Amino acid sequence: MAEGSLDIDRLRSKLGAEWEPRSYQIEREMIRRFARAIGDPNSLWQDGVIAPPTFILAIGFEQFVDEVMSLASFGTVLMGGTELEFYHPIRLDDVITVSFKLTSLRERQGKMGKMAFMTFDSTYKSQGQELVAKCRQMVIGY
Amino acid sequence: MEQLYYEDVTIGSEITPLVKQPTTRQLVMWAGAVGDYLPIHYDKDFARSRGLSGVIVHGQLVGAFLGQLMTDWIGEKGILKKLSCSYKGMNYPGEVLTFRGKVTKKYVEDGQRYVECSLWAENSKGEKTASGMAIVILHSRG
Repeated sequence: MAEGSLDIDRLRSKLGAEWEPRSYQIEREMIRRFARAIGDPNSLWQDGVIAPPTFILAIGFEQFVDEVMSLASFGTVLMGGTELEFYHPIRLDDVITVSFKLTSLRERQGKMGKMAFMTFDSTYKSQGQELVAKCRQMVIGY
Repeated sequence: MEQLYYEDVTIGSEITPLVKQPTTRQLVMWAGAVGDYLPIHYDKDFARSRGLSGVIVHGQLVGAFLGQLMTDWIGEKGILKKLSCSYKGMNYPGEVLTFRGKVTKKYVEDGQRYVECSLWAENSKGEKTASGMAIVILHSRG
């Protein structure tokens, strides 16, 4: 990607729009794999029934990154920060629906060309439409 | 796992530190567990082409380590309500990272016992590469 070629205007047109929600069924091995990846031996999640609170970072993240990358043909994105609020623990067999929204955007010239500083807000709801968590992510694309 | 109670905590109390040394293997495990396939986390040449000095640790893995710091500390009955983390510097695989925190506030609201903490991650050079905060709910011994 050539320097400074970010299409910020296209990105700006996505501000405030909620992406189509996606649902994910939580499987035992997703929870266990997540705990192993952190190296977290807490007995609460060893049997894959209750997920660690930060497990929400895994739900829909792959699709999130794909969509963010395609918003402005970024070379890469870096995470600048994460804010999580937890309302209910996520459990095995829950069906969690995630929706993301780009809530702020500013651009800056960096040593690698134009950089976009984006804030995304997401909500996680259970099969019973109960709010289980909220997440705000600061993402830097360049 | 030991159970932490509201009465055990005073302002300034230190959270039992958590030490991690994420390897490239752990980065691959995290990538698979959350679906983060950005090549800055596994392809050294690509990472350099994006201005980084090598493959970097996923910011959100650092966030998840802070989550483990908290869930280890509060025990089975404690509830993590909020966790935020700002990624201030790059972490590289092989580095020893120490996750620390301190109690900054404790209060009772609507019958719930809340404890607020400031959190950070430091590398072996003593540099704070991430900082954040957490709010937990603890039970009373009474």
